[in-house]
Formats: sequence, structure tokens, C-alpha cells
Amino acid sequence: MNFFFEVLIGGLLAGVMYSLVALGFVLIYKASGVFNFAQGAMVFLAALTFVGLQEKFGLPLWGAFPLTLGVMVLLGIGIERVVLRPLVNQPQITLFMATIGLAFFLEGIAQIVWGTDVRRLDLGLQDEPIESIMTNFNLLVSKFDLAAAFVAGVLVAVLAVFFNKTRIGRALRAVADDHQAALAVGIPLKQIWAIVWSVAGFVALVAGLLWGARNGVQFALTFVALKALPVLILGGFESVLGAIVGGLIVGASEKLAEVYLPALMSEFLLKHYDISINLAGIEGWFAYMLALVFLLVRPEGLFGERHIDRV
Amino acid sequence: MLYRESGQFKTSYAADQQLFPILQDRAAVLALLAFALVGVPLVATDYWFTAILMPFLVFSLATLGLNILTGYAGQLSLGTAAFMAVGAVAAYNFQLRVPGIPILVSFMLGGLSAAAVGVLFGLPSLRIKGFYLAVATLAAQFFIPWLLVKVSWFSNHSASGVITAQPVVIAGFAFDTPVRKYLLVLVIVAVMALAAKNMVRSRVGRAWMAVRDMDVAASVIGIRIMQTKLIAFAVSSFYCGVAGALYAFAYLGSVEPDGFNLDLSFRILFMVIIGGVGSILGSFLGAAFITLLPILLEVILTDVTAMTGIALPPGFISMAQLVVFGALIIFFLIVEPHGLARLWQIGKEKLRLWPFPH
Repeated sequence: MNFFFEVLIGGLLAGVMYSLVALGFVLIYKASGVFNFAQGAMVFLAALTFVGLQEKFGLPLWGAFPLTLGVMVLLGIGIERVVLRPLVNQPQITLFMATIGLAFFLEGIAQIVWGTDVRRLDLGLQDEPIESIMTNFNLLVSKFDLAAAFVAGVLVAVLAVFFNKTRIGRALRAVADDHQAALAVGIPLKQIWAIVWSVAGFVALVAGLLWGARNGVQFALTFVALKALPVLILGGFESVLGAIVGGLIVGASEKLAEVYLPALMSEFLLKHYDISINLAGIEGWFAYMLALVFLLVRPEGLFGERHIDRV
Repeated sequence: MLYRESGQFKTSYAADQQLFPILQDRAAVLALLAFALVGVPLVATDYWFTAILMPFLVFSLATLGLNILTGYAGQLSLGTAAFMAVGAVAAYNFQLRVPGIPILVSFMLGGLSAAAVGVLFGLPSLRIKGFYLAVATLAAQFFIPWLLVKVSWFSNHSASGVITAQPVVIAGFAFDTPVRKYLLVLVIVAVMALAAKNMVRSRVGRAWMAVRDMDVAASVIGIRIMQTKLIAFAVSSFYCGVAGALYAFAYLGSVEPDGFNLDLSFRILFMVIIGGVGSILGSFLGAAFITLLPILLEVILTDVTAMTGIALPPGFISMAQLVVFGALIIFFLIVEPHGLARLWQIGKEKLRLWPFPH
């Protein structure tokens, strides 16, 4: 039973990391209706830029962070200017494909500028179990994962306040509800989009730092970011809360499936059909299949808005 | 002056309904086919066949498949490579396990297996659309190669699922040299392209376009949405499956399921976007463009390094490729959403008036 809880907690904490990436998707989707496939590339770019600045100029953490943030903000403004503005009023699917192109572009640029090596990223947090929990409950809970969960919590709280209490946040929500109505009451649409992409860049930076510190800064980060898609389907595209809950569900179910399912299925196949195969590696596709099944039952996700198409 | 349809009167229904109603188009297509069949084998070297023409033809077929689904029926798919993998592995297994089966039948059955899998993963499209569907097809993209590697029966118990395609022999004639393989693939691609061109203007094709443009309106005028979408998935996956079989049997010789990865799917999607969404000709133009671009890029970059003496960091060329691909996609979506095919159309308009534009 202890082992089960360990896997569950490990999965939930990994899910927090998925949520962080998904959060960036939700922000942009809410404000501009663009499904930003490039969020993963932005996570990668942010982490790589951070490490690159540290290595090249020997900057400390607190020095590299604002600089990288500056790069991400500039990037957000640039994307709005170069990619989004000419594509206003295009079908969503066109914008989606444009962000696929953007993802390739950013991945290429990031590696041309900073090189293709796998880098280590040290945030001063150790990936080691917390001793008090270890002795009292006999559970392995990583310090690092717990810190990541805390950061995610803070980030969500900050974003919630930002969205609900500030002037810009309210403008963002207005734009999300109806572009034209927002324009009509005098909300500067272009400015809002630039802001939202910058905020998404900030979220990408935080996600990139945590993922990078955990797995090293490498190209595989972009694949991790793809996992945010099933997270969004589970949680719903418009919901910050959904991104968090979806991330937790995906993280936990994926880890549990990876640990328990292959053995069960192999045993079953061997017993009844006399086939012996090793089914490890379910983790690679489980989340997507879960999302696929979920789509059939509840296409709008757990917390998404139900859309009614009118002719 | 040369390209003008005025004066070409159609006096029968057959003439009215033919695939290329303009005489010049007909002549051009026939000339192109004749050149590809006779001229190219005479002049091209083995390098051209193996490095440029074969991938071009195989990817044209896969692009055609995706274009039917995405361009004509409006269903975005990111799982093209997975369906290609199904086609390749199925064709291999039919060759392996059914004694005396003709190889063309294996290709067909490979395509049909891919079609069956395509329909299965197309089922969610009945409830969802747009990028929701893209995520659903991502499930196929990650699940199918995994399954093909894990269940070693598919690859006849070879290491890491690598399949080595059997020699291609039709009626005792071995297609073993690059030229012969090229001719075989060319004929298959040409036949399937003509079939596709015919299909998209038939009842089914018009139903696809109606669903793409507005599904609710399409259902109001009596088009069965479910049937139409699933046919699109089946036909598209069939094309991808045959392309996958040709990819394994004629182009590479031995493939592993992991080679049919997300990158390949994206590459084919790029071919569709750059070539022209919803255009048969565009599929070929896009495939040619994306196949030639990396080669061109490499030549240019090596020349630049040779001239300036600046040593490029390792992996620079593949990174530069990513950047150029990404930038081109955005460029095309903004400047010319209908892709290269549209440029060709504009060229035709100009040609009509030439040399007296006013």
C-alpha cells in the first residue's frame, strides 16, 4: 500500500509540472482563442536561454531570471506583431497551424543560439526525499517536487488575482468573451494580446526552470510539453482550475498505469492466450488515449464551457 | 496565346465531364507523365532516384492522403506517420505470412489495414473537431508505433521492431534497381493521384467539401456527416498506408516503427500547407518543395562555409532546417494560405492573357 501511495504522490507531483505547461496554453486560449502549439517550444527556449545566460556570462539566478523574462516578453510582443496580427479573423485551425510553424522556428533558433547539448540546471533544490515524512509515514516524497507544487500553487494564486482584480486582467477576460464587444468598449486588443503572450512567456519560463532542473535542459522538453494537450482536454481549454486538475489526473493516472498495467496485462495475456510480451512504456501514450476516451464522453472537458454551435 | 480555352467546344457529356477539360492541360499532363516515364530514367542518376525522386513520390502520396482528410474534408490529423507505419507493417506481414500473394495485393491490403485503423481513430471526429481532433490523432501517433514495437509478432520477432521489406517481384520481374523501383512507384502514384482527382469532384468529394465548409449546413441538405467523415478517414488512411508500404518496400528497404514519428507527421502536414490545402496538384508541389529544401539548404550552407571559411557548429544544418520550415509555414499561412497551388493558378491566369494582358 505504501508503494501505491508513493507512486500516486510521485504522479501527482509530476502532474503539477504538466499543469504548469498547460497553464500557458489556457492563458493564451482564453484571451485570444489561439491554441498555442508553440507553448512547449517556449518552455524549451526559456529554459535554454536561462541556462545559456548563466553559463556564458556567469550570471547568478536572480540575474538571469529577469533577463530571460525580458527575452520572453520581447518574444511575446514579437509574436503578436509578426504572426498574430496578420492572421486576425482567420479560422482557428489556421492559427493553430501557424503556431506549429512557430514551434519549429523557436526550437531551431533556441538551439542555433545556445547549442544542442543537454545542460544541467541548478536551482539550489535537491531532488531528495524529505526525511520527516520518510521516518513518520515511511513515504518517499521529493523535496524538489514539493517545491514545484508550491511554486505552481503560488503561480495560480497570482494569476487568479491578476485575472480577477486588476484592470488588465478584467480586460483580458472581456477580450476572451468577445473580441468585438471588447473593442467596442475601447479595450486595446493588440496590446492585450501582447500582454497575454508575455504572461504566457513568464509561465513558460517558470515551467522550463522546474522541468529543466529536474530532467536537464534538452530537446525532449518539447515532448513533455505535448503532454499538456491531453491535460487540457481533460480539464477544459478555458479553465485555469481545469489545467491544474487535469494535470494532476494525467500525472497520477499515467504513473499508476505505468507501474501496474503492463504487469497485469502481460499476466492476463500469458494466462489466457499464452502470449508473452513486455508492455512497458505505456507512459508514452496513456495520457493521449485517456484524453481520446474522455473526448468521446465529455468533449468540453471537466471545467470547460459548453459551446453551442448556431447555424 | 498558347494557353486559351476559347474555341474549345464541348459537344458531348463525356467531353464535358473529362478530368482535364482544357486541351492544353491534357497535353501538359500527358507530356509530364511521358517525361517522367521515359525521359527521367534516361537522364537521372542513381543519386537522383534514391535521394530525391523516390522520397518525393512516396511523400506525394502520403501528402495526397492527408490533403484528402485535411484539405477536402476539413479534419486535421497529426497521425499521418502512424497510418503509414500500419500500411508498411501490414504489407510486410501479408508478404511474409500469405504464401504466393502478389506484392501489389499486399500493398493494397496494407492500405486497407491502414484504412481500418484510420476509421477507428476517426470515430472521435464525429463528436469533436479542429484541434481537439488533432489531439485525438496524436493518440494514434504515439500508440501505434509503440504497439508495433512491443508486439514483436508484427516484425516477425526482429530486434526493436525493424522490418526488412521483401524483394519486390511482379510476375517474375524483379524491381531491384533504383530505376525500376522508381517506375513502379511512379505508376502507382500516378494511378492513385488520378483516382483522387476523380474522387474529389465526385459525390463523395463534394460531400467532403460541404462538411468542411459547414457541417451543420451540410447535414441540413441531406449529407450524412458520420458516413462522410469516416469515408474521408478511410480513404485518407488508405493513401497513407500505401505510401507507407512504398516507403518501406521501394524507398528505404528496411524501416522501424519508431521511424514513423511525430516529426514525419509534421513534415507531411507542412507539405500540405505549403503545397496548398485542398489541392491535388498542391500535394505534389508541397512534397517536392519540402523534399528539395533540405538538400538545397545543405548545398548552400556548405558553399557558404567553403567560401567564408567559418566552421558551422555541428547540427547547424538540421537546426537551420527547423527555422526555415517554421518561418515558411508562417509565411505561407499569412501571405498565401492556398499555397504553391494557388501561385500556379495565378500563373495560369497570367498565361491566359499573355502576351496581350489588356
